[in-house]
Amino acid sequence: MDNILKTGVSRRAVLGAGVMGAAVLAMPNILRAQDKSLKVGVYGGYFKDSFDKNIFPEFTKATGIAVESVAEPTGEAWLVQLEQAAKAGAAPADVSMMSQVAMLKGQTTKLWTPLDMAKIPNSKNLIDRFVNKYPDGSVAGIGAVSWYITLVTNTDVYKEAPTSWAAFWDKANADKLGLLALVSNSFLLEVTAKTFFGGTNALDTEEGLLKAFDKLAEVKPNVRLWYRDEAQFEQSLKSGEIPMGQYYHDVTGLAASEGHPVRSTFPKEGGVQDSGCWALSRASKKVDEAHTFIDYMSQPAIQATLSRKVGTAPTVKRELLDLSDKEFAAVSSDIEPVIPRYDLYTTKSDWLNQKWTELIVG
Amino acid sequence: MKREPPQSIADYGPLFFPAGMLLIFFVVPFGTMIAVSFFQRQEGGFYTPAFVFTNYERFLSAFFGGVLGFSLILAVTVAICCVVLALPFTYLLSTLSRRLQVIWLVGLLSVLSLSEVIIGFAWSTLLSRTAGLSNLLVKVGLLDQPVALFPSFGAVLTGMVYQALPYTVLVLYPAIVRLDPTLMEAARTLGSSPIRAFFNVLVPALRNTIMATLIMVFIFALGSYLLPQILGRPQHWTLSVLITDQAIYQSNMPFAAAMAVFLVLVTLGLVALTLLIGRKGEKA
Repeated sequence: MDNILKTGVSRRAVLGAGVMGAAVLAMPNILRAQDKSLKVGVYGGYFKDSFDKNIFPEFTKATGIAVESVAEPTGEAWLVQLEQAAKAGAAPADVSMMSQVAMLKGQTTKLWTPLDMAKIPNSKNLIDRFVNKYPDGSVAGIGAVSWYITLVTNTDVYKEAPTSWAAFWDKANADKLGLLALVSNSFLLEVTAKTFFGGTNALDTEEGLLKAFDKLAEVKPNVRLWYRDEAQFEQSLKSGEIPMGQYYHDVTGLAASEGHPVRSTFPKEGGVQDSGCWALSRASKKVDEAHTFIDYMSQPAIQATLSRKVGTAPTVKRELLDLSDKEFAAVSSDIEPVIPRYDLYTTKSDWLNQKWTELIVG
Repeated sequence: MKREPPQSIADYGPLFFPAGMLLIFFVVPFGTMIAVSFFQRQEGGFYTPAFVFTNYERFLSAFFGGVLGFSLILAVTVAICCVVLALPFTYLLSTLSRRLQVIWLVGLLSVLSLSEVIIGFAWSTLLSRTAGLSNLLVKVGLLDQPVALFPSFGAVLTGMVYQALPYTVLVLYPAIVRLDPTLMEAARTLGSSPIRAFFNVLVPALRNTIMATLIMVFIFALGSYLLPQILGRPQHWTLSVLITDQAIYQSNMPFAAAMAVFLVLVTLGLVALTLLIGRKGEKA
């Protein structure tokens, strides 16, 4: 035993074996890199499954580029991972679907490779607000999909659908609501401003923000669950345990179509419209493939497929789509949406987060 | 066999591997965390290397003090509940036949294979109004209508005790099994009731083990961040929940790191204090 430990060779051999092992593990990647391929990050779970089934195989058929989809976590965890990896020159995914706040935060470190719009002719189809630009005007990301957060209810408990976000403030709904737990994903400040203060412009000043916080504090006794994890609320909504709240329109529609007693309502103040962008990590070497992919995804036909199969709202203009009125209504609404004030979540993020945490925890 | 003190560097050889692992997987990450806790936060971005105290300053407020206080009280309560439940249980377990002991231990170990997420969701179903235990109480006529038992402090406590109990039993088990059985027999021969013998003989004999177990469960419970979210209201969120929020959702690594460093320091301080008091008590 002593002899083995005294020889330096054995330790080196162990290290050598480790390197070999790593090389073997890395081999499939080296081999695969010779073909045309692209790693695409999409939100894990339902989104990734739908894309894997309905979108990526068709893309590979049309372009010859193989897609390796990567399940990304929601929130900013993926942004942090991409940023750390880019510092080390690695890209866990070439193209990722990113939230608007994550897009803005990534811009500050130039995480996103500016896109060449000449290589994305289909970008002319997009609604203007879905083109995410750097301050100098270069394009950081292109709208991938958009989705609505709406007022959802359990149909067994609420026979009549509520018509306004003001239902959250109704004293009759004490301890019945499930709301998102973070200021930057619930967008409840915007909802409050639109419902009671005439629009999200009311949040321009700190005074306006404090007024919205005060109004929002009145909702607290009605909230049973502040959720971070979607499954937590969805389960309770279906069972009627927590019969009202804010949730994603697409997933709620899916649950309703499976026979669960839930409904999603666009309140008269509008649903909250959030969206994801395709963005290319600066560490990625697959620039051409990425442009091909983003261009493909911006076609009206693909956006329509997404609406039909995944349930997302299209990012291209309505008139270019062949969606019927019924199909369009299933994923979107003609009521003017509440557009989140993404700018606030970058310029005032810490202040908002502190106030918000004190509001719900305190 | 006589043990020789180590003569050459090679004799320390067997230590290199664990020491290396400790260095790579504990010292380096912890050092990185301390370093990041002094970095400058870039609002709307990430952070830049610097040496500032702003992250610690932000933490020193009544609000975060309250959250820290709650986290500590919760962890202490979980530790006490676990030991109070596990001590008699483990003692009774040690008196069973070998076969039964193995069955119980395998059952307990299987709880460890459940993830925190599964435990949280299972308890939230068990404590719910629509499908939970209160429906059984209605059936047998103890309640008029089912009630929701979560989110509440009791639900958080229940979930966390459930999660930590197997560890508690596994830590207590070897010490209790190794305990000289003649101690209890002597107490019984001298006319003490089983309960009295348990408290007057067994518990004092296991004092150090109990203390160590309390500390272990306390630290284990302090890190819990999922169960308070699933089973509690926002006022039951621990500091670990807020650390997660800052790190994952706000990408404010410096502040998250500062809170984590603070939590570690307070924990170490409390553990040191407990050991100090324990040692003084022994001398007296």
